Amino acid sequence: MEPDEELGQITDEIYANGDENKQRHRPIISGEQLDIEAYAALYSGRTKITRLLFIADRCGNSSMQLEALRMAYDEIKKGENTQLFREVVQKIDGCLSGNYGPDPAWADAVDRRAEMRKEKLENELNAYRTNLIKESIRMGYNDFGDYYYAHGQLGEAFKNYVRTRDYCTTAKHIIHMCLNAILVSIEMGQFTHVTSYVSKAEQSQDALDAVTVAKLRCAAGVANLEAKKYKLAARKFLEVGPELGNNYTEVIAPQDVATYGGLCALASFDRGELKAIIQYSFIDNINFRNFLELVPEIRELIHDFYTSHYASCLEYLGNLKANLMLDIHLHDHVETLYDQIRSKALIQYTHPFVSVDLNMMANAFKTSVAGLEKELEALITDNQIQARIDSHNKILYARHADQRNATFQKVLQTGKEFDRDVRSMLLRANLLKHEYILKTSRKH
Amino acid sequence: MNLNMNSMESLLAQIQALSSTASDQAQLHSFLKQSEELLHSDFSLLFSSLPQLDPSQHSLGFLYILEACTIFPVAKEQINELLVPIAKFINLCDVEQIRMAPDKFITLCKRFKELVISLEAPIRGVASMLTAIRKLQSSSEQLTTLHADFLLLCILAKCYKTGISVLEDDIYETDQPRDYFLYCYYGGMVCIGQKQFLKALELLHNVVTAPMSTLNAIAIEAYKKYILVSLIHLGQFSTSFPKYTSSVAQRNLKNYCQPYLELSNSYGTGKISELETFVQTNQEKFETDNNLGLVMQVVSSMYKRNIQRLTQTYLTLSLQDIANTVQLRGPKEAEMHVLQMIEDGQIYATINQKDGMVRFLEDPEQYKTCGMIEHIDSSIKRLMVLSKKLTSMDELMSCDPMYLGKVGKERQRFDFDDFDGVPQKFTI
Repeated sequence: MEPDEELGQITDEIYANGDENKQRHRPIISGEQLDIEAYAALYSGRTKITRLLFIADRCGNSSMQLEALRMAYDEIKKGENTQLFREVVQKIDGCLSGNYGPDPAWADAVDRRAEMRKEKLENELNAYRTNLIKESIRMGYNDFGDYYYAHGQLGEAFKNYVRTRDYCTTAKHIIHMCLNAILVSIEMGQFTHVTSYVSKAEQSQDALDAVTVAKLRCAAGVANLEAKKYKLAARKFLEVGPELGNNYTEVIAPQDVATYGGLCALASFDRGELKAIIQYSFIDNINFRNFLELVPEIRELIHDFYTSHYASCLEYLGNLKANLMLDIHLHDHVETLYDQIRSKALIQYTHPFVSVDLNMMANAFKTSVAGLEKELEALITDNQIQARIDSHNKILYARHADQRNATFQKVLQTGKEFDRDVRSMLLRANLLKHEYILKTSRKH
Repeated sequence: MNLNMNSMESLLAQIQALSSTASDQAQLHSFLKQSEELLHSDFSLLFSSLPQLDPSQHSLGFLYILEACTIFPVAKEQINELLVPIAKFINLCDVEQIRMAPDKFITLCKRFKELVISLEAPIRGVASMLTAIRKLQSSSEQLTTLHADFLLLCILAKCYKTGISVLEDDIYETDQPRDYFLYCYYGGMVCIGQKQFLKALELLHNVVTAPMSTLNAIAIEAYKKYILVSLIHLGQFSTSFPKYTSSVAQRNLKNYCQPYLELSNSYGTGKISELETFVQTNQEKFETDNNLGLVMQVVSSMYKRNIQRLTQTYLTLSLQDIANTVQLRGPKEAEMHVLQMIEDGQIYATINQKDGMVRFLEDPEQYKTCGMIEHIDSSIKRLMVLSKKLTSMDELMSCDPMYLGKVGKERQRFDFDDFDGVPQKFTI
């Protein structure tokens, strides 16, 4: 290769921030609409229904909404939750042809059966209690929990699951109880309960099997995510073992572990930690890699972020956004996480330079110079970037704090404060003394 | 009447005779105390007898007679006649003699102040009051009752500079809380008048955090001004009190200053339009507190604050952009503001009028000059003196029998509890 040519290529690369030139093979970006059927297939149980309903509420697209409702309807019919069934029917409101009307016969039959089952369970439980057989009582409460859960009375279900605790005899029972409580708490959105039951389960004396550990990590991750503790959440998700597989679909799909974990890590980890993950997942081939393989977009965008291909990273993020907004756990946090990732990208971009041409930087971030200036201004005001903008020539100059001057300033300031404080302290002491003398002289 | 005249003459003779030595003066003092009745009988007689005495030689006697003169109500035209001898007396009087009767001297000066104010010519009293303070205080560290009156005259006469000269003394000795409160409050106002906001802040802070058992109006007004000044000078206000603040103040002050706290909240948002509308809706409240001028200064300080913030983020910025971000009307106005701030030394910048650009510079102070070193050196010395003072005060306190008595009582109680905790088996 001719030296000149090589040089030219390098400059080009700098301009585009190494973006287009290498043309790594890019997987097809899923900018298209969410494939609800495929999405729903990832989950099972109640979460499948709630996720579908959530999508129906949020998507703002009538055909998608009806599709989601249709699948939710089908799913509910398999269960026994008549309350939810009526809600869904109301939402469908006759917009779907075929057998998607209010099915009173089915609902009544289910209700009747439920009533009978409840009576049966009550009788059984009473019998167990009079006999004082611990294991049977536990089973009885557990059955009650299952019953309420199936019928959508989450509060009652939670109470009954927790009640089994007093009758647990082995560590296995306790873990069973904890998992049930966690499941119901996640459904209810009570994430503080989730954290406490996760820690309870982790304290168990017996060694937990790998699948349970993975489940607990997932639950803790979700709880931390909802509590806006993104860093902790990312840690938990990264620790999830590959044993999770499809064993916890009633709460989370393995794809979600990658998405949640990846985004949280990007938003909250510093570069060193991020590097560890990259090595962890791309080179050392352990846990997290398997999850990332399931969601290539996330894998690619983490890689892009790490190798400073910010434009492509942000593009991936932009494409993913619409779908992430439809996620039942992530939707509230998408904006915050995105903002944090973007600021981190900006900070990292400016970090190694003494001066940065704003035009080039705007190019690398696919934004206008004016917009970039505003973003940088906010970051500088926040003291996240130590630099100043030359708005005339559109250049960003790094600013190195002068330690000597700063020290002088600080010393003088401290001296002044000390002077002031001591003087007012002496005065206060004088006043107090005087007041005390007055009081005692009055007494005598 | 005749009797009065006679006894007056004998009094004058006594004064003239007993004014030279210290023991004579003490004798005269007790004599004067006994003749209160005579002194309060006849204004014209007293007043006409004054020229027979020399204010510098017979200061004690002069003081008693002059003070007696001021008790009588005077017609407005006569005030002038009275003011001249008082001012003259304050200037000439003998320090030793007047300190024998400080109460009389203080009342005389206070009356003098009232007379001056009633004539609406406060400036006439400023110089005399300053002399009076200097004569009355035994050291420049002592706070006298007259300090507050003097500062009030300064404020009324707008002689802030003279006021500042007194405020520059470091005051450590004070016993009357009321004097102290007023001194700090008026002192704060004088400093505000002279735009020495840092000093004003310190004085007002002292009022707010002073020990008090009941809330007083001075503290409330001081707190209001404290909020405003700290917004003007520091650009922020923290609502938390230092922990040595009296609990009364911590609990109650905020209730009385609601509009001011809201003002500081709206200042915190950094939006000039929001602040302006808030000030307009609450204009009346600020006006009745006589704080509207300060509030206006708060508003204009917001522009400065916003421009200052720009200096941290930008190296160069066009005047148009400054006008846009700070919400000024145009580049012309922005230029005026920037120019003003450069002149005041609040920012370091150069304006390029050709391109309409402002170039912000770093603080040129390098802390290398001799002046700076001297400044630091003098600060260190000053602080050493201060900390010595603190130590000596601490020693004095720990030897004070009254303090020890109080602490000892409490200690005993503790010790008793401690012994109570010893298990029984150890004592057996």
